[in-house]
Amino acid sequence: MQHKVIDTQDVVIRFAGDSGDGMQLTGTLFADASALYGNEISTFPDYPAEIRAPHGTVSGVSGFQVHVGSEEINTPGDFCDVLVAMNPAALRANAKWAKATATIIVDTDTFDEANIERAGFKTQDPFAELKIEDRNIILSPITTLTKESLKDSGLDIKAIVRCKNMFTLGMCFFMFNRPLEYTHAYLEKKFRKKNPQMIETNKKVLFDGYNYASNIHAIANTYTIQPAHQEKGTYRNISGNQATAWGLIAASEKSGLPLFCGSYPITPATAILEELAIHKNLNVKTLQAEDEIAGICTAIGAAYAGNFAVTTTSGPGLSLKSEAMGLAMITELPLVIVDVQRSGPSTGIPTKTEQTDLNQALYGRNGECPIAIIAAHSPSHCFDAAFYAGKYAMEHMMPVILLSEGFLGNGSEPWKIPSMKDYPAIKPPVIDSCEGPYKPYQRDPETLARSWAWPGKAGLEHRIGGLEKNTEGVISSDPLNHEKMCAERAEKIARLANYIPEQEVIGAKEGEVLIVGWGGTFGHLYTAVKEFHAEGKSVSLAHFDYINPLPKNTDEIFSHFKKIIVCELNSGHFVNYLRAKLPQYDYLQYNKVQGQPFIVKEIVDAVNNIL
Amino acid sequence: MTYTAQDFKSNQEVRWCPGCGDHAVLASLQRALPEVCEALGYTKERFVLVSGIGCSSRLPYYMNTFGFHSIHGRATAISTGIKVANPTLTVWQATGDGDALAIGGNHFIHAIRRNIDINIILFNNQIYGLTKGQYSPTSKLGAITKTSPYGTVEHPFTPGALVLGSRGTFFARSLDSELKLNQEIFVAAAKHDGTAVTEMLVNCVIFNDGAHATISDREYRADRTIVLRHGEPMIFGKERDKGLILDGQKLKVVKIGENGITEKDLLVHDARCQETGIHSLLIEMKYPDYPVALGIIRDVKDMTYDDNVRDQLLEVKAKSTITCMDELLHSGATWEVK
Repeated sequence: MQHKVIDTQDVVIRFAGDSGDGMQLTGTLFADASALYGNEISTFPDYPAEIRAPHGTVSGVSGFQVHVGSEEINTPGDFCDVLVAMNPAALRANAKWAKATATIIVDTDTFDEANIERAGFKTQDPFAELKIEDRNIILSPITTLTKESLKDSGLDIKAIVRCKNMFTLGMCFFMFNRPLEYTHAYLEKKFRKKNPQMIETNKKVLFDGYNYASNIHAIANTYTIQPAHQEKGTYRNISGNQATAWGLIAASEKSGLPLFCGSYPITPATAILEELAIHKNLNVKTLQAEDEIAGICTAIGAAYAGNFAVTTTSGPGLSLKSEAMGLAMITELPLVIVDVQRSGPSTGIPTKTEQTDLNQALYGRNGECPIAIIAAHSPSHCFDAAFYAGKYAMEHMMPVILLSEGFLGNGSEPWKIPSMKDYPAIKPPVIDSCEGPYKPYQRDPETLARSWAWPGKAGLEHRIGGLEKNTEGVISSDPLNHEKMCAERAEKIARLANYIPEQEVIGAKEGEVLIVGWGGTFGHLYTAVKEFHAEGKSVSLAHFDYINPLPKNTDEIFSHFKKIIVCELNSGHFVNYLRAKLPQYDYLQYNKVQGQPFIVKEIVDAVNNIL
Repeated sequence: MTYTAQDFKSNQEVRWCPGCGDHAVLASLQRALPEVCEALGYTKERFVLVSGIGCSSRLPYYMNTFGFHSIHGRATAISTGIKVANPTLTVWQATGDGDALAIGGNHFIHAIRRNIDINIILFNNQIYGLTKGQYSPTSKLGAITKTSPYGTVEHPFTPGALVLGSRGTFFARSLDSELKLNQEIFVAAAKHDGTAVTEMLVNCVIFNDGAHATISDREYRADRTIVLRHGEPMIFGKERDKGLILDGQKLKVVKIGENGITEKDLLVHDARCQETGIHSLLIEMKYPDYPVALGIIRDVKDMTYDDNVRDQLLEVKAKSTITCMDELLHSGATWEVK
């Protein structure tokens, strides 16, 4: 067989195995090596809720998809060019994602009668059963080869078998001409202190995998993906959760106030708390609270005392925080509530992505309790979204909900590192003294923000709380005062529209169809719109980062399109919000509630149906 | 600066029922704080009064200090956040038996476990007053209330036992009307580094009048309570003729002069003993078998959460090579595009 090196613009690889097989690490190392090589990347971890689900079953399959390219990459890819399946269950669960032209690598050592049966196959020929026998299937005894590679390593058999993911990674590195040095550096850093022996062991098995792939003639083609033509600058790879944490630290630095994060671990938001906990050197205090409610309440206490306060969570945690969010709203304290959305209701499918918390963010509290909402649209955009959530919370003295998604939090992409000098100052209305008795709810005439009087400042003693007050901070159940205070708090949020950027449109400013989206679906919607543009079709995209309030020019934008289709990963939360806010338009909608991101083709088909 | 009780009184009208025990606790606190300022060199603006929901949680409005009247059960979490955010503040918390031990039980035990430096006054009237008379987690077994018309069928908490079980470092108990003792306890609580819990046995005149009357009534108080003071023998009684000794693994009430018992045979109170054994026995003493223990039962030293947070931050800062956001952004693996 002739070996060809194919120059390709982009390729999608999906690593799949048992949840203990180390597929998340394999995928991450492949993505990092590609990013450092200069490719555009986008990643999508797709893993089960169980840490070690029943071995060999479909429910225990963990996947990691990475899209690598030399051109702009905006999604982790719909279908894959290469599928690595470490056992029959991984093959069964992921075959549907393999393109018709895909190469499929399987570890034949795991394809015994028992495993094939455990994966739910009816026959002993899984390839025929899945109707994929025509794909380029590479049958490799990966477990045996790993054992052989490390037979002199001194490791016990269990530890050796655990290294099979590195053997697989070596094979993929050969197929895609990836340099090994980035992974070497990773191994050295990881094991230098803890277990130096593992550095050489892993390097050896990685190298053996690489050589094995080059020696077997089964791999007909290898691919090179040239570095992307990226804008000049320094880049790094960043995940959404890391970017969120860093954006919050950046807001803390710009405001000059210490950051306080009170949180309780919850998938898929935990990594934000973990990341913040590392950076105590940058005036970050993290408090792992006894529960979600204590997470937000400690943060509210910290906000009252003058810190930039944050709480991070996911859907069920947001439910638990509802009452305290009302307290932050009525006491008009700055607070960022990060919700990394996951599939619900209740515990739902905790490791899968969705946009189903928007209604909760908009309406999920007792009383008249609107809260500002900002949504992040890509892993690296989480940095800006978190920074501005902090800025608006502090400057406008109010809680702000930052909506992220599991897809963004766990996903990663290369990011041109910004400079902090390009970010605006953050100037909260801190007050040090006043004439006469301090009036806690006296407002700035422009923003309607009240002032922030921290305990410890003589002469500013005052009492706040969940009971309705008047401007002077005295408890009041006067009907007209209550109505006035409710109106002022709502108007303060509405006026945020004077400070947020105007909404942008991708594509022509007028035309046949406007796709409307928000949050983590940006990459898919954008890719769909580019396809329409390539075909010369009149389809534009308005992707909203600011949900409440909406940008001021929203009405103006909508007025120039014949049809508006709102696409979101829920049953229609944003579209119904728009119907209430701007009822003069007819909205079409495209929804998906499967715990999975959109597929570009779905969007294209949906829009073609209405064109 | 010298303060008087007047300096700590706000201009807001006190709205507790006439005869409510909370009035006396408020007065005790307003008298204690000038003494705290004197002893520790504090100024008034350092004080923050935090509360949850319930009758007692109205207290911050009546204090001319910074105050935060929060939501039901969550005062302890709010206090924790305030203290960690700014450890120079002196945080006092007013909470009730429903607020701290039912809806807020989780925050209560965890604040004590962390030993965060806050002062909690637990107003225990054994009833839900603000919702007009339902049983609470400290209502006696069989208590007849609006939600237990045939009597409760559940055991109450002993708040002090919960404090000990949560690794508490300070626990005191007093009666609403014991203004002098309250004042003494509050000053000691303020001096204590860590979570100081003071259980105030307060009377709800409307919904649970006389809940503590069997011990608080002036006529029997001296015989049915014992005021513990560190380093002093455990003596009580109108005639100061009764005391406590350890008999096997139990406490025993004895009469001085009977069966050859002298004052020297009595237990001497050691509030600073790390072991919880005797403290636990004292906390659990109930009338009529024993006098109810008042005063500072436990006051031991231990590390505090807020100190540790601050120290760790300084330690990490001293070691770290990253001093600002720009440096963090460029740390780790990066690459250049030229």
